Amino acid sequence: MKERLEKAGFAVLTLFVVCLSLLPFLWFLDTSLKTPIDITAIPPAIVPSGSFHFYESAIENYNLLHFVKNSMIVAGASTLITILLSVFAGYALARLRMKYKGIIMGSFLLVSMFPQISIAGPVWKILQSFGWLNTYQGLVLPYVTLTLPLGIWITASFFRELPGELEDAAKIDGCGHVQTLFKVIIPLAAPGVFTAALLVFIYAWNEFFFALLIMTEKSYQTLPVGIALFQGQYTMPWGEIAAASTVATVPLVLLVFLFQRRIVRGLSAGAIKG
Amino acid sequence: MIFGLFFDYTVTMKLSLSARERIFAAFLVLPCLLFVAIFAFYPILYSFYLSLHRIILSLPGLKQPFIGLANYRELLHDAVALHSLVNTFAFVFASTFFELVFGLIIALIINRHFSGRGIVRAAVLVPWAIPTVVASQMWRFIFNDNYGLLNYLLFGSGVTSYKAWLADPFFAFSAIVVADVWKTSSFAALIILAGLQTIPDELYEAARIDGAGAWNRFRSITLPLIKPALLIALLFRTMDAFRVFDLVFVMTQGGPADSTNVLQFYGYKKIFAEGLMGYGSTISVLVFLVTFSVSLLYIRMIGSRILQEKT
Repeated sequence: MKERLEKAGFAVLTLFVVCLSLLPFLWFLDTSLKTPIDITAIPPAIVPSGSFHFYESAIENYNLLHFVKNSMIVAGASTLITILLSVFAGYALARLRMKYKGIIMGSFLLVSMFPQISIAGPVWKILQSFGWLNTYQGLVLPYVTLTLPLGIWITASFFRELPGELEDAAKIDGCGHVQTLFKVIIPLAAPGVFTAALLVFIYAWNEFFFALLIMTEKSYQTLPVGIALFQGQYTMPWGEIAAASTVATVPLVLLVFLFQRRIVRGLSAGAIKG
Repeated sequence: MIFGLFFDYTVTMKLSLSARERIFAAFLVLPCLLFVAIFAFYPILYSFYLSLHRIILSLPGLKQPFIGLANYRELLHDAVALHSLVNTFAFVFASTFFELVFGLIIALIINRHFSGRGIVRAAVLVPWAIPTVVASQMWRFIFNDNYGLLNYLLFGSGVTSYKAWLADPFFAFSAIVVADVWKTSSFAALIILAGLQTIPDELYEAARIDGAGAWNRFRSITLPLIKPALLIALLFRTMDAFRVFDLVFVMTQGGPADSTNVLQFYGYKKIFAEGLMGYGSTISVLVFLVTFSVSLLYIRMIGSRILQEKT
């Protein structure tokens, strides 16, 4: 009896937490599918009319697709570069003999905790002096810097778990260091590299602060900047904001449901040896 | 003699091998170090340099006169900066407290074995994955005074009692805490989960045989054993809460009456909206020093455990 009660209580609590996690966003998704009249209705319309009015309006009046394109370019390029560099550094830190490992790991940890404002002015000035404000590389460079710690920590923690004899075996087969890395280690740690890429991509896709500073021209702005700056002429364009928000979020929600296990492992590897 | 020669040969061979390994390793890490040096460490020093000068972006003719610590003296008398500092600490304290509490609850749920656990784990991760700007707009819409969901849930169709939550200093601040707790509790949960997974089931079994109830088992087994994980979650969440920006920018713009103004937002406004690159940089330096000392404090508390485990 007591056990059954405990089970029921647990089920209720679980349901409550799941609802709390999902409902606020589902409400926004619901809003994006309404008509302008539905949005301000009281009592609120629960069932949306299924109209794509706001999506069309967001594309036509607010250049939604432009923001999507910029986000894809910036997040994609940042992920590629960060992962390439992280794989090299992660391999060295996890599996090679090397001096000052602790200091190097520690300084990466420090960078991941920097408040962005403490570097914002200088980063802006550096980019300005290169003429890279409002360019893709102008945003990709800071993103690579800020995501490197995450990428290195995750790839290093996956590399460390591979058996120690791999390099020796590869050496006996006549592989040099570079060959060992590319032909043995990376293929075996592919799931870890993928996990790191996933987390870096989500970070770069969501980042707002630097995107706001660096991309002041509309044609280069990413989705978060676009969504934050949506302005109507007389009222807030809530429907369009909800539509753009849904477009920005759905890919991430899909990634979470597809790769939940990897994300859970990757995030805890970034913090504690999992 | 021959043995000695052979010995020498292997030693030099070994040395050169390990030396080659070290050089290769340094070569692999170098690009990352360059990135971090140019776009993270150098800018910190540069911020300090800028804070000692008068730089106004809209008046380039002014050049960049060195003015010593004048900007810092101004900072001491800046009531808004002080207010932002207090707000930032209040936000850090409130949000991390609730995030750890909810994070612990979520972690305890998703650590249990039940069918559909994968889906529950994915569902609680959704807020973490949502862009903060989107979460901010979403909560801003829920807190909307005319047709927000919260007003309807509280007051039904009685429009006259609808409240403008974000126009009230206390509720605006609370709204930002709510949005942050909603968004990041699951991150704290994952770190705590990693701690929970290290506790062997036999411990609970033994306690159960000894007649310990659920609360006692939680208090004397779970809590002490996940303490390191809790501290690490606290460290990560605190550092992240210090740089709260997106929520404030979208939901309140620091208002009403600076009640939600936080350091990162204030610094942004000074440097980029008002163009006071010199004075704004003092805020950058202040934020860095504050977070750096808080993180040192935590890392002391945790011991060098994370670093040791990592290397």
